[in-house]
Amino acid sequence: MTKITYTEKKDTRSGFGAGLAELGRTNPNVVALCADLVGSLKMQEFIKENPERFFQIGIAEANMMGIAAGLTIGGKIPFTGTFANFSTGRVYDQIRQSIAYSEKNVKICASHAGLTLGEDGATHQILEDIGMMKMLPNMVVINPCDYNQTKAATIAIAEHQGPVYLRFGRPAVPIFTPSDQKFEIGKAIKLIEGADVTIFATGHLVWEAIEAEAVLAEQGISAEVINIHTIKPLDTEAILASVAKTGCAVTAEEHQMNGGLGDSVAQTLALNHPAPLEMVAVNDSFGESGKPAELMTKYGVDAANIVKAAQRAIARK
Amino acid sequence: MSKPTTAELERIASQVRRDIVRMVHAVNSGHPGGSLGCTDFLVALYFHAMNRKDGFDMDGKGEDLFFLSNGHISPVWYSVLARAGYFEVSELATFRKINSRLQGHPATEEGLEGIRIASGSLGQGLSVACGAAQAKKLNGDKNLIYALMGDGELEEGQVWEAAMYAAHCKVDNLIATVDFNGQQIDGPTEEVMSLGNIRAKFEAFGWTVIESNGNDMASIVSSLEEAKKLTGQGKPILNLMTTDMGYGVDFMVGTHKWHGVAPNDEQLADALGQLEETLGDY
Repeated sequence: MTKITYTEKKDTRSGFGAGLAELGRTNPNVVALCADLVGSLKMQEFIKENPERFFQIGIAEANMMGIAAGLTIGGKIPFTGTFANFSTGRVYDQIRQSIAYSEKNVKICASHAGLTLGEDGATHQILEDIGMMKMLPNMVVINPCDYNQTKAATIAIAEHQGPVYLRFGRPAVPIFTPSDQKFEIGKAIKLIEGADVTIFATGHLVWEAIEAEAVLAEQGISAEVINIHTIKPLDTEAILASVAKTGCAVTAEEHQMNGGLGDSVAQTLALNHPAPLEMVAVNDSFGESGKPAELMTKYGVDAANIVKAAQRAIARK
Repeated sequence: MSKPTTAELERIASQVRRDIVRMVHAVNSGHPGGSLGCTDFLVALYFHAMNRKDGFDMDGKGEDLFFLSNGHISPVWYSVLARAGYFEVSELATFRKINSRLQGHPATEEGLEGIRIASGSLGQGLSVACGAAQAKKLNGDKNLIYALMGDGELEEGQVWEAAMYAAHCKVDNLIATVDFNGQQIDGPTEEVMSLGNIRAKFEAFGWTVIESNGNDMASIVSSLEEAKKLTGQGKPILNLMTTDMGYGVDFMVGTHKWHGVAPNDEQLADALGQLEETLGDY
């Protein structure tokens, strides 16, 4: 495999905005809703081109989820936009009853997820959203890694019949996936082939995993890096095949250890192929104000921590 | 097909009330009080007011749609749907039993005809109705959206988010009804949480408000006709409908005690003695 590099950084939320704009041009059933965060969600292009298909809800997220559910009755495909915190915890019961249980074709698009929201602090830095959403029957949970993949995922979920949670973030991060890569829900992507340990990463942590692999390679450790962009349905086949080869694994995510990708991988391994597993995730703590990179270091979710976790996992083999 | 007369609607309502008390008695659970109170309204809605297509499809294009927000009064909705032909009346016997499509609170999972969204966790139906109403507008569909809420349900904040939204967005193809029976589980609404002046509150939010007597078939029919005439004028319509909880069964009337309690065998016999069997029991 060729070395993975990047030339440009961009925020994943802009990938969402670009994907939504493209859907506006190609799918007349796509409608968008926003709870007073149009600029943050990068929805302006869609709104400019399709004003009649945009619904400004105001600061009323519970109402937004109900309206989105109602819009599906009549064949619309609603994309809701707000911060991840207000897309999940604030409206859990609305999503549970009116969307997930009712099998409504709503796409819950959630920006500013995790610590990398930065200076606004823990009130807005949700680290539990993947867990809440993956527990809901019928819900698909997607956490893409860069601008290109977020754009592709946004376009792909319009074709999926049923509720989807799409999680993305605020800061500019390296763009390293091909711009023409088709997004397949539930299909993990092997980025780097390795033999000694598998790093399963999601979202912003995928780039950190790529950096960790380079450090590990200098130490003579061959790490496989797999991008788990879809946490539910989980690509258990890819996970088990990789761990069968490498014999141990690390998960990496910008989320609580409880309820995140690590949980899902642990469940898969425990039920099918028990193997040493180390988790890089926030350990039962809220975040705080600070620069994104500072927070990722302080809370132990960066490349350096992936390296250490890989070493621990290998030592346990 | 000509619309049924008031007398014919009342005969249907009598049968629906029999269905309700029999369904709730059979499983010793469910919510008879609000169901009996709203029977006349739902009968008038489905057999008189609504423009309905034959059969059922989820999108409901080209017809009026109804959303029940206070999902706990599922017995009355199931009975009215069955009596209106959405599914066999014999299926009412499965209410709240294992493997039934007639869940304790309405649900879509098993594909029960007539149900478009789950409800039961209160306060969500008006939002859903707003969305469905706006989908109709996008589709160029001139048909209407109806919704029913409980009065106690107005204590949920989401109702007021939706009320504000519907007025701001001029959702004028929506007729929402409040079942104003003054009762909730823990007692009279005035004691549990005073609702104040519901009419003034909705008017302040920008709605057109009409009032009706929900246990007088002629009043319901004329209020629904009036409400329809008020649609398309830039404002959502609220039908503030006074009812008696438990209406039609004398020992259940006007008290919150029959909100979620089933009658025993003697009480069932007493209730059925007060309700004429007009269409044949299921």
